[in-house]
Amino acid sequence: MTTDTAPLLSIRGLRVSYRAGDGAPPAVRGVDLDIAPGEVVALVGESGSGKSTTAHAVIGLLPPGGRMDGGRVLFEGTDLATAGERELRARRGRDIGLIPQDPMVSLNPVQRIGRQVAEVLLIHGLADRASAPAEAVRILGQAGLPDPGVRARQYPHELSGGMRQRVLIAIAVAARPKLVIADEPTSALDVTVQRRILDHLQTLTRQAGTAVLLITHDLGVAADRARRIAVMSEGEIVETGPVRQVLTAPRHPYTRRLLASAPSMATEPVRVRARAQARARALPRAQALPRAQARVRVREVAAGEPAAEGGAPVGEGLDSAEGLVVGEGLDAAGGLDAAEGLVVTEGLDAAGGLDGAGGPLVVAEGLVKEFTPRGRARACAVDGVDFTIRRGESFALVGESGSGKSTTARMVARLTDPTEGRIRFDGQDITALSGAALRRLRRRVQLVHQNPYSSLDPRRSVADAVTEPLRAFRVGDRAARLRRAAELLDRVALPAATLRRRPGELSGGQRQRVAIARALALGPDLVICDEPVSALDVSVQARILELLAEFQRDLGLSYLFISHDLAVVRQIADRVGVMRGGRLLETGTTDEVFASPSHPYTKELLAAIPGGRHAVPARSA
Amino acid sequence: MPRYLVQRLLQAVFVLWAAFTTSFVVLYLLPGDPVSIMASGGGDTNDVSPEQIAELKQVYGFDKPLIESYGDRLWHALRGDFGISVQSGDPVTRLIADQLPATLQLTSAALLLAVVLGAGVALAATYTRRRWLRQTLLSLPALGVSAPTFWVGLILVQLVSFRWGLLPAIGNEGFRSVILPAITLAVPTSAVIAQVFAKSLRTALAEPYAQTALAKGASRRRVHFGHALRNAAIPPLTVAGVVVGNLLAGSVVVETVFSRTGIGRVTATAVTAQDIPVVQGLVVFGALAFVLANLAVDLLVPLLDPRITAAAPAVAR
Repeated sequence: MTTDTAPLLSIRGLRVSYRAGDGAPPAVRGVDLDIAPGEVVALVGESGSGKSTTAHAVIGLLPPGGRMDGGRVLFEGTDLATAGERELRARRGRDIGLIPQDPMVSLNPVQRIGRQVAEVLLIHGLADRASAPAEAVRILGQAGLPDPGVRARQYPHELSGGMRQRVLIAIAVAARPKLVIADEPTSALDVTVQRRILDHLQTLTRQAGTAVLLITHDLGVAADRARRIAVMSEGEIVETGPVRQVLTAPRHPYTRRLLASAPSMATEPVRVRARAQARARALPRAQALPRAQARVRVREVAAGEPAAEGGAPVGEGLDSAEGLVVGEGLDAAGGLDAAEGLVVTEGLDAAGGLDGAGGPLVVAEGLVKEFTPRGRARACAVDGVDFTIRRGESFALVGESGSGKSTTARMVARLTDPTEGRIRFDGQDITALSGAALRRLRRRVQLVHQNPYSSLDPRRSVADAVTEPLRAFRVGDRAARLRRAAELLDRVALPAATLRRRPGELSGGQRQRVAIARALALGPDLVICDEPVSALDVSVQARILELLAEFQRDLGLSYLFISHDLAVVRQIADRVGVMRGGRLLETGTTDEVFASPSHPYTKELLAAIPGGRHAVPARSA
Repeated sequence: MPRYLVQRLLQAVFVLWAAFTTSFVVLYLLPGDPVSIMASGGGDTNDVSPEQIAELKQVYGFDKPLIESYGDRLWHALRGDFGISVQSGDPVTRLIADQLPATLQLTSAALLLAVVLGAGVALAATYTRRRWLRQTLLSLPALGVSAPTFWVGLILVQLVSFRWGLLPAIGNEGFRSVILPAITLAVPTSAVIAQVFAKSLRTALAEPYAQTALAKGASRRRVHFGHALRNAAIPPLTVAGVVVGNLLAGSVVVETVFSRTGIGRVTATAVTAQDIPVVQGLVVFGALAFVLANLAVDLLVPLLDPRITAAAPAVAR
């Protein structure tokens, strides 16, 4: 705390607990934090760290059941922790503005926008009934809302998420407060929108000299926007300091862990790490496996590393830069003992060519999906998309909401029918598959959904969830299915006791592991992952991505990844397709697309990844 | 709006037709010869001559094949003719029309009371910060729903009329005579409204937009009445449309207990006497009341919530 002026906000020994009953630890355990006038401080932590609770305690708006157990919240010398309702009300909105988390639900759906902005001014007597409407329009314009006059007369549902967040920013800054608390202000928005809105908020607050307490789970966002970072974990601030210091010389182990798992900050993608590990394990495993099961495949081996010390790379005709690839010709290869970093793949024919057997797994040609919204003209959700997914490859479709990426994935899974175009799976045209043939396809294509909180039936045990696909296809008897479920849980690193639990008793990460186990139950060839980690904390995200990479390595799975998060995509995908407005703008290997994007939109997307302003040196996790 | 309206109207017409047809099937086709039942007036007197029966059959169209007689009845019903009461010999339509004002007075007073009472309890229960008061208020609806209407009526009569002599116990004379029956009828209805409204208010107050309003510096009263109230109003409004049917059904008991004239009393006597044309007329009338009430609700809902418009009516959400 190097501020020489008196702090605007000074939190001392703040303790908050929730009336949970079962001896749950307090949510906030003695937090100290200072914010100087005009200063931007980021409070970073994962869900449950107490960061939001701290922020809400400042303005005395704890959720039901929350209680302040002690500490002081000094704002300009007044202790808000002990202040009465009247004092707090006078401060809220007037001296301290709040930008809430989810713009979609934070505006009153039955009130016009203008009135909701004007309300702040009316409450604090900053305008009268006659002048408030015009004032509200002016503030909306200031918050960067296009056509503020028109918007003011609209209802929230007529505005996009980004526009609604601008309205909420307008509400927060309307009374020119001294402090703005931004609680994950853009987590629910697309990256490019997120960036523009954060830029605008920064401009607004800087001009007005407003201090900002930015609550975020994203170290990248914190690094880009704040002067100081406070890292919170389990109700305590474990580290605080200037951005550069926290990022480059973190003192606390938790900060280091957080830095290592932040997808936008890590430099070594999970897929590369997974493959490096595979090298160490591949050989004994390959030898132990019968030939037909040798399905481990890792394409890349670090260049320059001697592939096989025993001699020439095994498998004729392979590009040596791609590393050593050993396939079904294991016996013929010989001299395996000496090979370090051995990589095994299936589908190598005698000639040794890659993808020799059966060609690519998925080929989509000219996919179009039209739909007719009620009372409006036909529109294209997907407009002529072509791509291929090779065997054992991760292909990612990246785009913002409304880009058509999820619709494309649903067409590949045959959950929705394309209006035009063709999909081939393993050489077979599946575009018009139906009945028994479609059911057989379902066995080979599985899905992992975005939200593990809603994709598992809360009333059924984990065992039920995992064995459901097996029951659906009448695989094995009850005992065999349970054995398989236990085996799968073991593979996703969950204890066998989890089988008897219900989803409600599991954390988000554990649930997503269960969902992955369920997707793998039938031994599919293709797993479609629709934003598989976007609902999870970064450290959990990293572990799930590692798990997915590991399965790909061991089982030779192909993935179709759907994501809005380029940082996550870079972690896992071999190739990337960038979508916008139903079109595939560019495809290429992940490294190519990230290093030299050809389409301007891809460049914009890349620039919007938070944390780009502070490149962090690689750190071994 | 017009398409939404047309859709609703077609639905209403369908409900009326279904009510007519069902009542026709149930009343005329189920066991027994309807004309004999009519002729005997529900009693067991057998002094009706075969000529009279034949005449009655002709009057009601039962000398014709079934489908023809159905068509005949439907055609008459369309023009507002539900036949003639077997008991009184008056046209059914006139019988209902005569009794309508008394029942309308009773049910509308009850509905108004139910809305005021129900909304009052719900608003107070969600607004108060006193735990005991909230718990007490929230337990009222369960009590109101489970107390039998006739019992509430009898208790009220016992206390207010007989012991304290404040209001008349029976009859149709003047405003004062409506009060007790209206309260009796309103109790179960208000309980349902209170229950639904309290729940939707609690949901609305827990929404993030209520938090946004608090963060603006709004008082609890402002958040409660300025933001939550309108958002929470749709579920109880929908329920109010449905309970209009309950009010009509309740009027049967209430009018009997308080010895009032009205549709309820007509229903009770017509059913006891197996006065089939009257019963059928009442069934269709009940359906009409229900349909009109719900039509009114459907038209009100878009005014409350701008998200529900002609393009996407409430049912589609």
